[in-house]
Order: sequence, then structure tokens, then C-alpha cells
Amino acid sequence: MYLYDAIDQRLVDERVRQFRDQTRRFLAGQLSEDEFRALRLRNGLYIQRYAPMLRIAIPYGLLSSRQLRKLADIARKYDRGYGHFSTRQNLQLNWPKLEQVPDILAELATVQMHAIQTSGNSFRNVTTDHFAGVAQDEIVDSFVWCEILRQWSTFHPEFSYLPRKFKIAVNGAKADRAAVGVHDIGLHAVRKDNEVGFKVLVGGGLGRTPIVGVVIREFLPWPHLLTYLEAILRVYNRYGRRDNIHKARIKILVKERGADRFRQEVEAEWAHLKDGPDTLIAEEVARVEARFTRPRYESLKDEAPAGEPAFLAWAKRNVHAHKVPGYAAVTLSLKKTGVPPGDVTSDQMDAIADLADRYSFGELRVSHEQNLVLADVRQRDLAALWREARALGLATPNIGLLTNIISCPGGDFCALANAKSIPVAQAIQERFDDLDYLHEIGELDLNISGCINACGHHHVGHIGILGVEKNGEEWYQIEIGGNQAPASLGKVIGPSFAQADIPDVIERLIDCYLERRDSETERFVDVVHRIGIEPFKERVYGHAHQRAPRSHREPVLA
Amino acid sequence: MATLIKGRRVVTENLFSPKDKVVRLEPTDDPASISLEGVARVEVNFPKFGDGRGYSIARLLRTRYGYRGELRAVGHITRDLLFFMESCGFDAFELREGEDPHEALASFEDFSEAYQACVARPVPLFRRRAV
Repeated sequence: MYLYDAIDQRLVDERVRQFRDQTRRFLAGQLSEDEFRALRLRNGLYIQRYAPMLRIAIPYGLLSSRQLRKLADIARKYDRGYGHFSTRQNLQLNWPKLEQVPDILAELATVQMHAIQTSGNSFRNVTTDHFAGVAQDEIVDSFVWCEILRQWSTFHPEFSYLPRKFKIAVNGAKADRAAVGVHDIGLHAVRKDNEVGFKVLVGGGLGRTPIVGVVIREFLPWPHLLTYLEAILRVYNRYGRRDNIHKARIKILVKERGADRFRQEVEAEWAHLKDGPDTLIAEEVARVEARFTRPRYESLKDEAPAGEPAFLAWAKRNVHAHKVPGYAAVTLSLKKTGVPPGDVTSDQMDAIADLADRYSFGELRVSHEQNLVLADVRQRDLAALWREARALGLATPNIGLLTNIISCPGGDFCALANAKSIPVAQAIQERFDDLDYLHEIGELDLNISGCINACGHHHVGHIGILGVEKNGEEWYQIEIGGNQAPASLGKVIGPSFAQADIPDVIERLIDCYLERRDSETERFVDVVHRIGIEPFKERVYGHAHQRAPRSHREPVLA
Repeated sequence: MATLIKGRRVVTENLFSPKDKVVRLEPTDDPASISLEGVARVEVNFPKFGDGRGYSIARLLRTRYGYRGELRAVGHITRDLLFFMESCGFDAFELREGEDPHEALASFEDFSEAYQACVARPVPLFRRRAV
């Protein structure tokens, strides 16, 4: 954990005081709806379909057991005893009361937490690989760089009212587990001649215009990180579109200008800033690094997991390699059939905090797949941890598999949604409840978004499901072939389906895959990329799509 | 007559004093292209509450184009924006109607520190921490 110093703490406390006063002025009629909306959003407060929603920041997904207990308490005291982990590694409460939000923020501040800039047209939570610091293919510990960026992007005086939200992802390992290609800015650490730097991608994003980002700089030496980002942000802040909310993200600016012209503008701006006061210094990197608590690992040897088949199945899917011998990272699945993906009750949070204390140095991470990760577990403790996690309903051995569904809260909660997503996720989980079959299908990311805003990242699911509204009814469009990293976007297979048909459609897609794969190691997405979407289309629709366009209202599946 | 905060004090001033050479910039204007010769006041307009372009304009005027005269934020300004605006180099503020300027003065103290380098704090916190 990064531990606040006195200044970090003071800024968070001052923010609570500021927001308390803003809430008071709004309730007293001194701030308009529009003004308060802009102010509350940058404190994570939405007015939702049935109640406000508060999005609490979990910077780069890293959480201590003490903080998780505080979240459990807050969910009990101010909400309905549960929370929802989101794809941006944050926690959402669905039923807080507007006038109590300042009190919630004050409680969060006591454990070095906040809801700063979790929404609104500003920098959002910087995200990263949930195996940062423990991965075997580590280049740098991305947490350190995320924290440097957290500080730089918090209350930035010039860039607090951007055209639109702004998401930065940092990946510190060889493999990209942070999806840098689908962020406004993606930073991929590179080591060149023993110098650390970053490959800089810009203009990626999902939402209604999914675009894979372009590399704007192959190698940016680390001291220039902040001045270079400032140059990008100044170009965006000045010239990004503000006339149309759907064209306001930086990806549209990059696209409209073309990558080369955009790069030239950034370079011209950077020429003024390079080597200026914002140039990072080694003392600062060392200072931030030293404020992170580090596990005190024992000297152990690797040991192969042994035990009953159910344990081995879990170890295969939910246990991950660690850079320190004798240790492993463990994913606690929040994707049990029958539970909305990413939801946890307060009692579970308390129990998970206990597990973190006893098995993983009191720390845990939230993954963008909406699961929790205990990153530093002794291999010899795995069986004991598995038994406890299983008793808590957190040991479903489905990480990387079809039922590890990423899903937004959807129409059950969200005011933006066109369609429900949680019942769709549950119907699919129920259909594919046979673990042996699930393991036979192998790695498959299935992502569901309840609307075009794509919070469930459906564009980068191997199978992506998008809720759409037609004539007041909920329909679902299906894409296949998306991938998170290296980023590729899925293709729509054809006309949309009614909710009840979705499990059948998924089953047909899977049947087609199983018939066409050349071996068990060829994943669903690999087959789609190899043979294209046509064979899958034919399997789902028959040849109907080649004859005449169907009406959306006509059931496609008999 | 409008109520104005200038140099962190509430002043009442005739807005249309003919003696001053005043330049008014809209969010789309480029501060590089205006002549600052003899200008007593630059006004930067914030047509909407959430329009952030004026912050970049202010910072550029102060740091890149050497403007030292009055830099006034006009338009949709509430006290909630004063801390950031002052950080970016504004020293005068015309608050939107209904905003009490005396109460608003407290907002300059909303935050006691900032991480980033800016006009009001040319050295970023990490360099000051390192001393």
C-alpha cells in the first residue's frame, strides 16, 4: 500500500470539507442543478435510476484489509449491506442518500480513501495490471508510476474541466494486462539499454466509438513522463470538441486530426515544457516507492499443488505464478452463478479482509474483471485458503473461463442503460454451470454492457453482448472476436436477440468453436480470428442473414 | 456596476471604464495571436460552468507570453472554481449573479497545497518535497 504523508491526507480532508459545503449550498438552492452535477460527479456521486450511486476510488485497484473493512462498514451503515466492484477497479454503492455523502467521504478519509474524480469530465482512476509487483514478467512496478500519476492528475488546476472523462492505464510488465490500447492514454513500460521509459499510446477507448489507440511515442524516458502528458492534455483541453458529448473524447480529436498531425502538435507543445520544472527526478520516484509497504517474504521453495480434484481445478484456474519462489497470487472469484458479477456483501468483505490478513500480508487488489486478488499467498497455504474461500462462495474455479463474465450493473440500476445485463449474465452462467464442460471450452472472455457506453467492455470480449433498445423493448446484439490485449474489437454477427434467446445463441457459438478448433490450445478468439465470423453467423442464424434482412421484432431462434 | 473579486478583495468597479485597454478572449481564441502591448486587462470568458479552455489560456498568457497585467475570469464563475483559476494565473473574478463575493473569498483557501506546478506555484510539490 502507498501510505499517505501529511500533505496527501490534508488534501483529501480539504476535499471532504469543500464537498460538504457544496452539498449544503445545493440543498439551500444556492447552486443550480447543472453546477452541482459537475461538482458532485467529480466526487463520484451520480443520481441514478432509483437512488444516487457513489463510486469510491480504489487507486490502481490496490486495497488494504483495513480499507476493505471500512468499505464493509460504510455499505452497512449508509447502504444496503453490499457493494459492486466495477471494471475500473472501483467500488460502487447503489443506495446512498445524497445528504449523507459528505459523511461517507469523511469516513473514507480516515482510511486514506476518497471518491475524487471517479466521474465527471476529469482524470479518472489510473488503472493497471492486477499482478503489478508480483508478476514474473515485470519490467517495472507499475504501482509506483500509477501513484505518481495519481498525484499529478488529482486536482490539476489546468485540467480539471476537460472536454470529457480521461482514463490512463499503465502496464509495467511484458504482457499487457492493463489494456493500454483502449484508454485515452496507455503507458506501456519499456526497458531500453537499462533505461526505463514508456511506450505512449493515445486515443484508444470503448464506448459508442470503439477505437484502438495509436502509438504516439515509442520510447519516452521516465523523467519526461509528466511534461509529455501535460503536452497531450493541453492540446486536448484546448482543441478537444465540446459541442457534442459523443465526440468529446480525445480519440475523436486524434481521429479527426490524424495521428501524425496530432503528434506534431503534441511535440510542438512539448518543446516548451521539456526539461521544465515538471520533469521528474529520481528522488521523487524513490520517495513514492519508499512509501509503499512491501511484503516481507520468507525464503521458500516452489511446490506443486496436490490434493483433491476440486482443489486442483481451482489451482489451475484461480492461482497464478509469482515472481518470488514459494508464493502465488490467488483470484477470489466474484462470479459465482446466481450472484451479480462484481457484487460483494459487507459480511463477505469482512471475511475477505480476514483472509487478506491471514494469507496475503493484509493487502488485496481489485481486478478490472471484477474479481479480488490476494497477491502474496504462500503456496503451502493454498489448500487452506481454498477451503475457506469455498465456504464463502468465492472459490468458483472460473477465472479466464466463460462464466467469469464482466458485466456493468445494467438496467437494474443504471439510468443510462438500455437493457438489463445482470439477468443475462446469470442465464449464461446457469446454462454453462457444468465445470468440466467449462474447462473444456477453455479461455473465453464474455463481456456484457447494458448500453452503448460500454462499461462492460463488450467490444473487447471474445464474445461481447450489448443491450440495445428497440421500440421500448430490450434486445441484445452479439459481437465476437474482440480481445483486450493485444487490443482488437469484436464484430457484430447480425440482428439482435431477445433476452431469453441469449443462452442458446452462446451455446451455438461455442458448438461452432468446438467443431472448428484445431486443438485444445486454440482459444475461441483465435478461431474467430483464423476463420472469420461467417461460420459462426451461419451456425447462429442458419442462412437467413444472406437472404433478407430480418425485422428485429421477429424472433430469430425458433 | 458589478461585484468583483480582485487581488482576493471584494471591489466595486465600473466595468466600462473607457481609459483601460481591455482585451476579451473567448475559449476558442489563441492567446499567441493577440497583441498584449499596452493592455491593462485581459478578460477570459467562461461561457459555461464546465468549460475548461480558459484555464489553459490563462496559464499560457502568464507563463509563455509574459502577460503581467490584470487577468480577469468572466462568465459562469462560482466560488468553486476560484482555487483552480487563481492557480492558473487569474487575479480578478466576476462572479455569476447570486454568488456572494464575501463568502466566496474563503474558497481561495479550499486547498492548502497542490501537487502540480502552476502559475501560483511554479515549482511542483515533488521538487519542494525533495528539498
